Amino acid sequence: MKEVDIVVIGGGPAGLSAAVHAAKMGAGVLLLERSQALGGQLVKQTHKFFGSRQEFAGERGFDIAHTLMEQIAQQEKIEVWTNATALGYYPDGVLTVKRNENFRTFRPRKLIVATGASEKALAFPNNDLPGIYGAGAVQTLMNLYGVMPAKRVLMVGAGNIGVIVAYQLLQAGVEVAAVIEAAPRIGGYWVHASKIRRCGVPILTGHTIRQAHGTTQLTGVTVCRLDEKWTMIPGTDTLFEVDGLCLAVGLSPLTELLWQAGCKMNFVPELGGYVPWRNEYLQTTHKNVYVAGDVAGVEEASAAMVEGKLAGLAAAFALNHQTADFAADYRAAKQQLNALRSGPLSAKVCHGLCKVMLEEAM
Amino acid sequence: MRIENHPILAFADAATVEFTFNGQALSGREGEPIAAALHDAGVRVLRHSPRYHRPRGLFCAIGNCSSCLMTVNGVPNIRVCVEPLRAGMTVETQDGKGRLA
Amino acid sequence: MLAIDGTATAEDLQAVLPTPDRRRRGAVAVIECFQEIPCNPCADACPRGAITMPENISQRPVFDPDKCNGCGVCVGRCPGLAIFVVDYSYGEDTALLKIPYEFRPLPQAGDSVTALDRQGAAVGSARVVKVQEQKNRTTILWLAVTAAMATAVRNIRLSGEVRA
Repeated sequence: MKEVDIVVIGGGPAGLSAAVHAAKMGAGVLLLERSQALGGQLVKQTHKFFGSRQEFAGERGFDIAHTLMEQIAQQEKIEVWTNATALGYYPDGVLTVKRNENFRTFRPRKLIVATGASEKALAFPNNDLPGIYGAGAVQTLMNLYGVMPAKRVLMVGAGNIGVIVAYQLLQAGVEVAAVIEAAPRIGGYWVHASKIRRCGVPILTGHTIRQAHGTTQLTGVTVCRLDEKWTMIPGTDTLFEVDGLCLAVGLSPLTELLWQAGCKMNFVPELGGYVPWRNEYLQTTHKNVYVAGDVAGVEEASAAMVEGKLAGLAAAFALNHQTADFAADYRAAKQQLNALRSGPLSAKVCHGLCKVMLEEAM
Repeated sequence: MRIENHPILAFADAATVEFTFNGQALSGREGEPIAAALHDAGVRVLRHSPRYHRPRGLFCAIGNCSSCLMTVNGVPNIRVCVEPLRAGMTVETQDGKGRLA
Repeated sequence: MLAIDGTATAEDLQAVLPTPDRRRRGAVAVIECFQEIPCNPCADACPRGAITMPENISQRPVFDPDKCNGCGVCVGRCPGLAIFVVDYSYGEDTALLKIPYEFRPLPQAGDSVTALDRQGAAVGSARVVKVQEQKNRTTILWLAVTAAMATAVRNIRLSGEVRA
């Protein structure tokens, strides 16, 4: 069985950043990614990122992903395994991994779990028809493989993912019939909403899906208005003839491994569901398990990268790896994260974080 | 359909390979997920559900949800959203839980 | 209303559109950034220090129209594509607009295109004066429109193109 300083699980923005910063401290890192390439969802983001220069503001998501992947490639202390799925982490400290069709075991001294999140679905009649996609699926088809998901799409959800993917659909040459949102207000950044509005896409807040239509594939969607108690208002049905329906109705953290490892969890709706208790070093109630990114609470990719850095630095430090500028580096990253979370739109996330923050270091 | 002219992205060229879908000859880009090649060809019904035989298509595209299970080269339950396309593959819609050949 | 349908109201715009006096003095940026989001590339982009960030990057940028010469660097850099430049001194009854554009095909200088407002409705036609492609792939289009349309126009559509 191979001993290794740190295993990072997940090659998205949080995991890439965790691996880079742990390795810079001198720790040996094995980075596991279940798909065939690194980058997670970051490689599918075509918009320019917000934040400040430290979080690559102004650069497009896929460019940021490539920058991080180059840093990984240059680091001799990092070994990358793609097509590698972490299966379990056991009380004797053994991590089991399936790589391609082979089974392997490791004994990592620290584990950083950065498994991300999966998309939530929505219940309505015929919600299983072909042509109904998660927003991430549409991004994957269009932005990784250059294939259009449909000719005309209705987007559900006016959070950031909904309005961003609606814009990406327009850029790919797909018609967007409308963006509907059950809440009375747009949850995404208004600048993203304005971008699709000036292309003529209506944003219908206070609307939901009554049902999808089609026998073998999606042919249309009936939408209706909601009252202030979120009840469907009779007589407000509108039929949209579309061959694509895209669901951007939130994400839930992929926490199976944390449950299995025995980390203490808490249900926090503000963070997308069950998330692990953690201290300020992103260490869970299992002293060898750290978390970063959406698995610790659903947030923006910019925040995930900074969390990855914090977890990477902290895990390496806990193994007695040190650099001269560790303290300053750590403090700066902490301030960066606080700055990203300082606006009114982050109030929800901050409120959620209070519900899972441990006072003491493990 | 493929995106011809994208304002932000440039798609890397890959070799075109032939495969069959339910016996019909199709082509796609080598290494892209089978589901991407099928979508390009306008094929969106990938399997039928076990109990009610309802048509199912691609939903998550990253190997999370199992909506896209198909029979590939005789092997059932292949997640075609993450399975790379190779020349000469036999891809078939799957009915129910699939059967080992 | 922005929170309800993604469109700025007249009151929102009143606060960011140039004053009559500033209009007479030539090209100036219009920063249609109405929400406190953590973001500061506009302040980094401005070569004249006309855009600054308060202490906290989640606050809205502070704009000094007297320092701005309408160069348009910020137009291409704003991640939200929320900055435009308007020059009412461009012609007798013609204003010049610089807008960010991220669609293909691109128009060409000299083309006549359909001018769209903030809701994507056609409000007239615009003449493309210059197509400024940028390394970051946000293109800046220079459009000549009637002065009366300059406050409304924020997008274009190529002739014969239907998008939504």
